[in-house]
Amino acid sequence: MHTNRPRAISPALRAAIPPTLPILAGFVFLGITCGIYSVSLGLPWWTPTLMACLIFAGSAEFVVASMLVGPFAPLQAFVTVFIVNARHLFYGLSMLERFRGLGRKRPYLIFAQCDETFSINYSTHPPAGVDEGWFMFFVSLLNQLYWVVGCTLGGVLGSVAALNVAGVDFAMTALLVVIFLDQWTKDPSHASAVVGILASLVALALFGPDGFMIPALALILAAITVLRSHLEPVYDACGSESMTSASDTCKSGPVAPASDTCENEPVASTPDAAGAHHGGDAR
Amino acid sequence: MTSTQIILTILAAAAATVLTRALPFFAFPADRPAPRYIRYLGNALPGATFGLLVVYCLRSVDVLTGSHGIPEALGILVAGGLYLWRKNMLVAIFASTALYMVLVNLVFV
Repeated sequence: MHTNRPRAISPALRAAIPPTLPILAGFVFLGITCGIYSVSLGLPWWTPTLMACLIFAGSAEFVVASMLVGPFAPLQAFVTVFIVNARHLFYGLSMLERFRGLGRKRPYLIFAQCDETFSINYSTHPPAGVDEGWFMFFVSLLNQLYWVVGCTLGGVLGSVAALNVAGVDFAMTALLVVIFLDQWTKDPSHASAVVGILASLVALALFGPDGFMIPALALILAAITVLRSHLEPVYDACGSESMTSASDTCKSGPVAPASDTCENEPVASTPDAAGAHHGGDAR
Repeated sequence: MTSTQIILTILAAAAATVLTRALPFFAFPADRPAPRYIRYLGNALPGATFGLLVVYCLRSVDVLTGSHGIPEALGILVAGGLYLWRKNMLVAIFASTALYMVLVNLVFV
């Protein structure tokens, strides 16, 4: 492990635990579901574990499991999974600056950037004094650990016990609703969020739940590109040197004065970000 | 499929996943600034992306049959309302999930 700053590791691990707790709930139960599903198709018990370690992308793993019981077609699996996961291209574009200069942690951060890990790493900054690189590294690692444990449990349990845990996976929906609202309050323009919802609903209505992601992504990209002349000045007005600090710097919230945070690296967490995401005193 | 074929297929799927996650970093290396358009996308896409992910979570909800999406709507109202009120992510997520579980297991059976 990269140990140029050994003292940074343990506080970063401790800071990474609270924001990933909702993921723990969601991933363990969704992982169990994925594991049970895979084994119920007739696949060996280790298949869900191997997928969780190497692929680490929930919806893609369900698709791959269903392909593993068909004829051997690795190229088809490659193309299908690329299309299913095409949305990850957006995550990379949004994290280009944040992952800069993170050395040996960078390859793993890129490898492990699933929906939930991106959501946490993008929206959460560690408390002051905690190394952001290590914080994001442990958020990623903990999330993958939860997923591997869930998938393995599901694979081992198989169809032995039908656990009545219907509804736990709503934690994922709730998490994304909260992150969406958080982004809404920070974003200097709400146009992007409105475009995201509308384009997705239009694509869902036209293409149905199994095929709407790619059309939705294309619609969003087109709309955001068309709106560039209106939106770019808004983002530029925040004086964002790096593109990711913009969402933090331009918040209209009362706690973080924009002039202060605009000049700092994202590492300097805003007080409300720390309070919102590390609220250990949850009542 | 044999075990070897299963492993090879999983490796192909893993390679495709890594490609979707790493492509932007190869296309725009860290040692020079990304083009203006790409930087603009990095600023403007997250809002839309989170909207897309919310819709993605709800893609299978059918408002015409079954429970008509009422448990999902109530769960989202509680999650959003609690978050805006208390500014506490964990409270909002756990309270709304608990409510949702009660609704789907006990009320809308």
